[in-house]
Amino acid sequence: MKKIHYREWGIESPRYWGLLAVLAAIVAVGGFATLYMEHEGHWVTGMTNQIVWGTPHVFAIFLIVAASGALNVASIGSVFGQTMYKPLARLSGLMAITLLVGGLIVLVLDLGQPARLIVAMTTYNFKSIFAWNIYLYVGFIAIVVVYLFTMMERKANKYSKGVGVLAFVWRLALTTGTGSIFGFLVARQGYDAAIMAPMFIIMSFAYGLALYLLVLMFAFDSEDRPLGDLILLRLKRLLGVFVAAIFYFTVVYHLTNLYGTENHAYEAFILRDGGVYTWTFWIGWVLLGMIVPMGILFHPALGTQRGAIALASVLVVLGGLSAIYVIVIGGQAYPLSMFPGHTIIESGYYDGVNGMARSYSPSLPEFLLGLGGFALALLVTFIGIRVLQFLPASLSNEAVDPHHAK
Amino acid sequence: MSEPTNKGRRDFLVAGAGVAATVVAPGVFLQSVANAGPRDTPVSDKVRYGMLIDTTKCADGCSDCVSACDKENGLDLLNKPEGASDELWDMQRPRWIRSVKLRNNLTGRVTSLPMMCQHCEKPPCVDVCPTGASFRRADGIVMVDRHTCIGCRYCMMACPYNARSFIHENVQLKSTAAPRGKGCVESCNLCVHRLDNGGTTTACQDACKHGAIVFGDLKDPSSAVSQAMAKYPSVQIRADLQLNTGVRYTDI
Repeated sequence: MKKIHYREWGIESPRYWGLLAVLAAIVAVGGFATLYMEHEGHWVTGMTNQIVWGTPHVFAIFLIVAASGALNVASIGSVFGQTMYKPLARLSGLMAITLLVGGLIVLVLDLGQPARLIVAMTTYNFKSIFAWNIYLYVGFIAIVVVYLFTMMERKANKYSKGVGVLAFVWRLALTTGTGSIFGFLVARQGYDAAIMAPMFIIMSFAYGLALYLLVLMFAFDSEDRPLGDLILLRLKRLLGVFVAAIFYFTVVYHLTNLYGTENHAYEAFILRDGGVYTWTFWIGWVLLGMIVPMGILFHPALGTQRGAIALASVLVVLGGLSAIYVIVIGGQAYPLSMFPGHTIIESGYYDGVNGMARSYSPSLPEFLLGLGGFALALLVTFIGIRVLQFLPASLSNEAVDPHHAK
Repeated sequence: MSEPTNKGRRDFLVAGAGVAATVVAPGVFLQSVANAGPRDTPVSDKVRYGMLIDTTKCADGCSDCVSACDKENGLDLLNKPEGASDELWDMQRPRWIRSVKLRNNLTGRVTSLPMMCQHCEKPPCVDVCPTGASFRRADGIVMVDRHTCIGCRYCMMACPYNARSFIHENVQLKSTAAPRGKGCVESCNLCVHRLDNGGTTTACQDACKHGAIVFGDLKDPSSAVSQAMAKYPSVQIRADLQLNTGVRYTDI
């Protein structure tokens, strides 16, 4: 096999530092928003005792899910032996780490007691999927670091496949763990479904790949590094397939819910009567997040244009944020079903009087914290590809496939 | 020459001993008083605290139990932060007990009842807590260890009864019975500070002039709550989850 050459990201210094400055500024704003929320307390957010997880969790869960998905590109190369994906593996590993770190930071900074992270790292209740997730997340970062080392250090290359398999299995466990945060919640009508874990896995495939494609296209185009259609179209087809798979899981999730009468009210809430959640579901999750991107990616003409592929990737990301919003916030907004066969007509504590949903309006600091996590992930990625050899020198058709006919 | 010096030293020692005795003795004495109570014995699973709520006695429009709980546990000491909106603050302020009014969809019958932590035998909040801060005592009381709660709110996601509150604001005044701080989760603990100091009732029970709340040891057949449960049919809220709640209701 032809030897792959890697080279640091070589855009001109002013652009590079300008980009870092913008991202660092967004991170800083997120930091200040956090200080404000931690100093005042959560009353300055839109979160309440009914909607206990808000916008930061939407961003955090999205980033964590996308992180495990970003590693897929590397797994396809080393675990499933697709040599064409080999040159893409290093960036894939890097993004898996940076996205996870971005997501975890948002999650931790939204804790009521972030300074007690040390307690969370030393005191465990192993019946809690959260406690397991602490191991899964930290372990994931460690394994991917080793994985990257085996890819980047020639003497360690021979271990790359073995570590790659471990990383792949670990990432499946990680996303199962993330999906199970909701799957294990028996109390709420919208959760408590085993399908949550596999659905989160397939979502991670698409969200991680969409972010990966965006970073790859941006990094290559910005310094005119060759990025051939052969690899790009292959990646975008894969993205189309992943989005189709989310579509399938979304349909199955709601159809199974619709079959059981006990879930009818919840389904009516999400699909028809839920106001902002219904809109976010149909417009965000379904239309912009799945239908339009699939239309673009599978379109014979549009699907080959780079701008269109980038747009489809952005839509998949926005659709993903919408999906997580509907799951996390919509699932909480629907009132608890405490008294089947009864209607709550008065309550001293927002128990869903006459079936009314709990209200939540995201606040600016929450949004800025989430955005800061995103910016941090990108910031570290761009520093990484600048200082170390993460990007292949060329992804031209000839470079990725020596037998490619011109 | 040396006499005044010795006298001074003697006086000093006498005075010092007196001061020491005055300062230390009450501490020693109080210590022994405190240890003399039931707190020197570990919490035992020979007891299971629980409640029976007789909804036929719970009066529509009455909120005596809510006010009593607020006072007992210092919830009334919390003020709306400056600049907070009334509507949002009302959703953010902690509540350990609340009144709920239901209408039967088929018959139209209306029932009033208080809702609070149901003190499950198998509490979902305890299952999901990553640090074990949410825990169940041997005597059946489900509560939060505020020293290990990291404020992740996963327990609030898991609770089927919306029983838990997160402290959204800085706390200036707090009750010694239920000290609290910003960023932790809390809920009804059956007035554990009373029980651990020899008390036998909860604040809500004492406040209910209609006698709708019967509290006691579910494992003691002679306790008022056990006898009431033996006499009247009662249900658990969300019995389908099989959590074996310590709080039961009649006539829902």
